[in-house]
Amino acid sequence: MSGAASTIRRGGGLGVAAAKRRRRIWVMALCGLGIGAAAALALTAFQDNLVFFRSPSDIVAAAPPDGRAFRLGGLVEAGSVVRDGAEARFRVTDGANTIAVTYRGVLPDLFREGQGVVALGKLRPDGGFAASEVLARHDETYMPPEVKDALQRSGHWNPEQGAAPPASGWNTMQTSGQTSGQTSGQTTGQPPAQPTRTGG
Amino acid sequence: MPWLWAASLAVLLPAAAWALLLSPADWQQGETVRIMYVHVPMAWLAMSGYAGLALASAVALIWKHPLADLAAREISPVGAVATALCLATGSLWGRPMWGTWWAWDARMTSVLVLFFLWMGHAAITRAFEDEERGARMGAILALVGVVNLPIVKFSVDWWNTLHQPASVARMGGPSLHVSMLGPLIACAVGFSLLFATLVLARVRAAVMERRVQALELARAREADRAPAEALPA
Repeated sequence: MSGAASTIRRGGGLGVAAAKRRRRIWVMALCGLGIGAAAALALTAFQDNLVFFRSPSDIVAAAPPDGRAFRLGGLVEAGSVVRDGAEARFRVTDGANTIAVTYRGVLPDLFREGQGVVALGKLRPDGGFAASEVLARHDETYMPPEVKDALQRSGHWNPEQGAAPPASGWNTMQTSGQTSGQTSGQTTGQPPAQPTRTGG
Repeated sequence: MPWLWAASLAVLLPAAAWALLLSPADWQQGETVRIMYVHVPMAWLAMSGYAGLALASAVALIWKHPLADLAAREISPVGAVATALCLATGSLWGRPMWGTWWAWDARMTSVLVLFFLWMGHAAITRAFEDEERGARMGAILALVGVVNLPIVKFSVDWWNTLHQPASVARMGGPSLHVSMLGPLIACAVGFSLLFATLVLARVRAAVMERRVQALELARAREADRAPAEALPA
């Protein structure tokens, strides 16, 4: 190995060593292309098996065979949750279609109206969904309670209706008493109509 | 080296205080959100570290530079630990928030594959009597495994997953309030410094080890030639 390296250095880009090196680069690039193409083809071919859950619209378009367990994902529709002892009934929506879900068991802490959920279960003959497991699926937004309260109070966001407004509208919003991004425990935020931005 | 250790701690300690004590809780996740300040830097290091491993492997295969082989060999245990910590903290975070320790969705499965790639690389480079051969096998494995990096990154966009999409590197700016983004970036810088320090310390130790071996070999040869003179009284 060290012999080859010193040959290359002495060769200075000319000669057999440089030609070998150029060939190695080409072989590597071609192998990379081949592996990348193979992976892309395989992932495309198995597309249907790579999704973790199916939306209500997917189910309406092509219902899985009877008695076959699958995962249903979407948002818990606002105003749809009914708790009846150990049983919970709610509707899962993706905006276009909605499926009624029944579930007997412990719901995750983050479960609420407007929250994402992934339920494992089977379709019932009446078109409803009998879940045996319900997981919460939160979105990619993170904000202090003050910011959420401010958005809610000013009417820019109702968490029960679903996803938060675009991040650029609130991700630098200043909450009272907050200086360099530290919480103060105060609960008043400024209305996002004129969002104040911190320096960074 | 001592200044690298000092720099890591000088960033990591205030970053930890900022992340764990001064930054706000999340409106819906509460204090649990603080797991993010370890989980996300570990995930970033698992992937950027792997990109570094692939780069070192390519340099080793094309230019046959022995230091590149050594760097590749020494980065993989550190990368494996970062990936394991990413998986472990993710599991601890998933249980209270999602309601499960683990799900076979595309994000988690591809990160598990990344962990196996790190472990496989660490094992294969050490599996051969002929170190050079092990290094070459490891380099090929590392380069083939690069195909997994875009899968990890874009799994949450290409397929629906239990894991939410990216919060920081996304179109339309971070969907993370600035009071949480600040400590997250600080922790990421701190952990990256620590990662680099650990890898460099390992590479340095490995270089010294080889130097000692070479010296011992030379000494043994000399002793063979002149047994009486080799050992001073």
